[in-house]
Amino acid sequence: MAGYKPVAIQAYPVLGEKITQDTLYWNNYKTPVQIKEFGAVSKVDFSLQPPYNYAVTASSRIHIYGRYSQEPIKTFSRFKDTAYCATFRQDGKLLVAGSEDGGIQLFDISGRAPLRQFEGHTKAVHTVDFTADKYHVVSGADDYTVKLWDIPNSKEILTFKEHSDYVRCGCASKLNPDLFVTGSYDHTVKMFDARTNQSVISVEHGQPVESVLLFPSGGLLVSAGGRYIKVWDMLKGGQLLVSLKNHHKTVTCLCLSSSGQRLLSGSLDRKVKVYSTSSYKVVHSFDYAASILSLALAHEDETIVVGMTNGILSVKHRKSEAKKDSLPRRRRPAYRTFIKGKNYMKQQDDILINRPSKKHLELYDRDLKNFRISKALDRVLEPSCAIKTPEITVSIIKELNRRGVLANALAGRDEKEISRVLNFLIRNLSQPRFAPVLINAAEIIIA
Amino acid sequence: MVEEESLRVVRCGGSELNFRRAVFSADSKYVFCVSGDFIKVYSTATEECVHILQGHRNLVTGIQLNPKNHLQLYSCSFDGMIKLWDYTDGILIKTFIVGCKLHALFTLDCAEDSVFVTINKEKPDVFQLVSVKLPKSSSQEVEAKELSFVLDYINQSPKCIAFGNEGEYVAAVRDFYLSVYFFKKKTTSRFTLSSSRNKKHAKNNFTCVACHPKEDCIATGHRDGKIRLWRNFDDEKKYTYTCLHWHHDLVMDLAFSVTGSSLLSGGRESVLVEWREAAEKNKEFLPRLGATIEHISVSPAGDLFCTSHSDNKMIIIHRNLEASAVIQGLVKDRNIFTGLMIDPRTKALVLNGKPGHLQFYSLQSDKQLYNLDIIQQEYISDYGLIQIELTKAAFGCYGNWLATVEQRQEKETELELQMKLWTYNKKTQGFVLNTKVNMPHEDHITALCFCNAEKSENPTLVTTSKDGHFKVWILTDDSDIYKKAVGWTCDFVGSYHKYQATNCCFSEDGSLLAVSFEEIVTIWDSETWELKCTFCQRAGKIRHLCFGRLTCSKYLLGATENGILCCWNLLSCALEWSAKLNVRVMEPDPNSENIAAISQSSMGSDLFVFRPSEPRPLYIQKNISREEVQWGVFVPRDVPESFTSEAYQWLNRSQFYFLTKSQSLLTFSMQSPEEKLTPTSKQLLAEETLPTTPFYFILGKHRQQQQDDKLNEALENELVQLPLTENIPAISELLHTPAHVLPSASFLCSMFVNSLLLSKETKSAEEIPDDVSMEEEKESVDSDEENNFTEEVQDTNNTDLGKDIIHQLSKSEEKELRKFRKVDYSWITAP
Repeated sequence: MAGYKPVAIQAYPVLGEKITQDTLYWNNYKTPVQIKEFGAVSKVDFSLQPPYNYAVTASSRIHIYGRYSQEPIKTFSRFKDTAYCATFRQDGKLLVAGSEDGGIQLFDISGRAPLRQFEGHTKAVHTVDFTADKYHVVSGADDYTVKLWDIPNSKEILTFKEHSDYVRCGCASKLNPDLFVTGSYDHTVKMFDARTNQSVISVEHGQPVESVLLFPSGGLLVSAGGRYIKVWDMLKGGQLLVSLKNHHKTVTCLCLSSSGQRLLSGSLDRKVKVYSTSSYKVVHSFDYAASILSLALAHEDETIVVGMTNGILSVKHRKSEAKKDSLPRRRRPAYRTFIKGKNYMKQQDDILINRPSKKHLELYDRDLKNFRISKALDRVLEPSCAIKTPEITVSIIKELNRRGVLANALAGRDEKEISRVLNFLIRNLSQPRFAPVLINAAEIIIA
Repeated sequence: MVEEESLRVVRCGGSELNFRRAVFSADSKYVFCVSGDFIKVYSTATEECVHILQGHRNLVTGIQLNPKNHLQLYSCSFDGMIKLWDYTDGILIKTFIVGCKLHALFTLDCAEDSVFVTINKEKPDVFQLVSVKLPKSSSQEVEAKELSFVLDYINQSPKCIAFGNEGEYVAAVRDFYLSVYFFKKKTTSRFTLSSSRNKKHAKNNFTCVACHPKEDCIATGHRDGKIRLWRNFDDEKKYTYTCLHWHHDLVMDLAFSVTGSSLLSGGRESVLVEWREAAEKNKEFLPRLGATIEHISVSPAGDLFCTSHSDNKMIIIHRNLEASAVIQGLVKDRNIFTGLMIDPRTKALVLNGKPGHLQFYSLQSDKQLYNLDIIQQEYISDYGLIQIELTKAAFGCYGNWLATVEQRQEKETELELQMKLWTYNKKTQGFVLNTKVNMPHEDHITALCFCNAEKSENPTLVTTSKDGHFKVWILTDDSDIYKKAVGWTCDFVGSYHKYQATNCCFSEDGSLLAVSFEEIVTIWDSETWELKCTFCQRAGKIRHLCFGRLTCSKYLLGATENGILCCWNLLSCALEWSAKLNVRVMEPDPNSENIAAISQSSMGSDLFVFRPSEPRPLYIQKNISREEVQWGVFVPRDVPESFTSEAYQWLNRSQFYFLTKSQSLLTFSMQSPEEKLTPTSKQLLAEETLPTTPFYFILGKHRQQQQDDKLNEALENELVQLPLTENIPAISELLHTPAHVLPSASFLCSMFVNSLLLSKETKSAEEIPDDVSMEEEKESVDSDEENNFTEEVQDTNNTDLGKDIIHQLSKSEEKELRKFRKVDYSWITAP
């Protein structure tokens, strides 16, 4: 026979943003720490090695911050002019940065003076990166050239002169030491192969390209320029996969979450948007105080660092989950008590009798099941329920009314109890969704 | 096919199962219950109806096992006859004609050749218990006129009479007193409850009585929920009684267990209470039985109980208070708000069932398929409570969607309204709630309909309401990257001069929507929701509205409350014709252009079948029912009939069912009722229910061998002529009918196997009569242990009659096939 049917709790649509697992995830950060830099923060880069320090490029300085430090733990300030694009090597030991005067400097993290200096660009170098084999550096400059440098003897190996405008962004493949991608203001993104001396794929973005990003697999390329973010399938020879236009102003920076499931983009419209990399739908967005120039995520998305045009560096740390577990947990019965008798195999002449599985009922449902109507009403009038989830209280009152026992449940209450009922009524009577039920209850109390 | 006689209105299934107490067979394998003019024999293990005993010409009012022979059953009926049946074979043995209306039947072990019946002699409300002497005679029909009076002025219901302690006394209750008649002393004692003299709060009327099987103890149930146990009642002064009180409403029935150690009681709470050792504190409950317990019966073996419920249901309950089987008929004790619908998938009839449920009722097997819980709330059975009512329901998109509307109105201003949309889940083979809309309208919803056009890509639902609006609901994609989901949202709200919207209907192709606003019919384009045109006849509010179909799709029909039936032409936007007809029910046939209208007059209800293209009806049947017909529906036939007569051609594709105000489900038929029954599956079941004892194994093997021998013998003699499968109509039907319109596989299976049997048409005409009876006899005893013996007898008979060898063959063949039938088919029906 059918069991007891629990009271249907009327669910009301929640206004505002829909709560999804993404909003929960991306809202689970502490309030941001603001650090003032000397100029616009053009680049933030995390070291891939513990302790996951990050390098911040602003004006003519490069600051290295520890994970929770508010003060820089190290500063490189040997630049005559603005520094650009300070980038860690994969092992986190070396740092390379370009500068306004066309020079590229390579630093040891522990040292202060540059290890190497690569001279060759005639104009500002806005992008530098290490190749996958760690021994080469790729750079792009405003003199329209892309150069490949050898670290050990600080020599220029190759020069590509295929771009027809400033080269402002670039990125080396993480898998293939010979492949790298650069984006330029001539609206193209080119993929170069160091083995062929020329670009192998060129795609037309349509706007001056501000940022490029290669997926860890190297199969997908993301380019940002103008208001557009475009995703290209490199394995299909640079076919456009999807074009996103979710920002109001130029998109300046791109970043992948650590799982690779989400793509983040920062823009001059002061927003960071999070996309799903499977559906390319915006799943979340953050607001910042100023236009965003740079964006980086720490290992395991522990920290989001955003650099802005007004020189503010905003650092958000993830809320630690260990806190919830800090309460001393009650000792629970051992595992064997739960499985006791459950793993008994049925013998041939045994008759198996299944115990019907018990359905979990809320406490008020248990009371209603046993016709303890006053108790059920008391339970849902407790402040923890009545304030937090008034819809449950209202649903129970409605159910009691349906059963025709609301007057009985409200009867025989002393002053304290009746005031609790009245308080609830006063608080919620004005809400149109509860009004029909509560007016009825109020009438019964008055009568 | 039989030659076409006149069309008759026949009752089709759905008769009450809860009219009287059910009776168990001595071995608890079968349970009997009265059901209209029939007695139904159900298997307690499989819940399947094994036999239908028919022969009475009026309502059967009582059944009892023959105390002398436990394989026989007595029954009595309003037609004044007592019949004796052999229930294992379903054969009528004897008929005793008493001559007056019999209201109840009782048998006693000690009363050798007489039974007790309740009759009413003079006044309509005065009933008497009399004993009827059943004369011993060999003839089939015997007159039994020897009545001897036992008790006068008793209650009509058999619940109010009980025989106690091996027939020493009989106890009867009525109003406020209990009377006990002692057979030996031939005296009557009468006991009155003291408080009953105070008429003001006289709520302790007696409702039922039961006697302890071993001791001198009588249990009586009362209207205030108390149960009283009477002892020492042989002395009118010293009698005592104790009181048991748990029920808060009247006690509907009482029954002692076979040993008398426990007492069962039930009532409106739908809880079966077992009182152990007649003590107040020793009680066990079986709650949530679904509906009011009307009757309780106990099997003579003591291992099973059976409760009959007000929702036309019997529950077989194990001794340890565990429900083991449910026999559910058509639920009929409630108002039908939803009307009759046909589930496009199962072809089941769908209507209001248990409170808050939709029932799916199979017309073919007269059985409820399942209940869909729509309201999903605990049902509280208190009298006078305003319940949530399921008021509207509609199927859409080939049964993929179901829309339901429920409402509860406590006061004039407080209306709770909820619309639910259910989607069919292929995995679970059932409906799953998809969207719940609170207060879809501000006032009562008057109609809802789906757009069932074939080409429509997006499911569309229209609801009309008394608040003057109609709303169009469409299915929208509600999925995001986390999950796929669809939901219904309101797409359009339309109104017309603040008139109440009363009806809506989509045209067959889904391009037009007709909505009636009181007297005015508006036509809307379903693409743009633009008002296209209006029709107004000033002939009263529109009660029914429907589009013509197929070749008549350019017509729109409307029936008004003032008794005018109008037909508009949608191409010319003008009235095509109108007729004066007070239409109560108007139903279009989904398979043809025909429309059936049932009109109501003072004489009764008349049926008119017509096409919208011409105002002349195709067929008229006057006076199909005395009562008002409330709902009607066309049910597409699985296999089209081929009536050649023009008047009956409208029944070729579909069958018409209708429901009257007293909730009898009726249909039209030309066949005699015997032909409609398919007893094939039933015998099969009887065989299957036999337990496989070691004895059976030995004997079974022996039999099998015998059969094999016979078969081999036959094979040597002549080649078996297997019928060509192409020539068998059942198989060709099976193969040529589209799969989705076929009945369930379990239903087809027996038909299919039967069709493989060699037909007996080869028999010569004069052999047929006694042969058939032999055949029957043989089939019924086939599984009995004495089978070998009868078989031999039969064989000799056969040779005597000079049967040719082919017939012999078919017999063994039959047996062979029956063996196949014994193979478990459950995998076919398994969900």
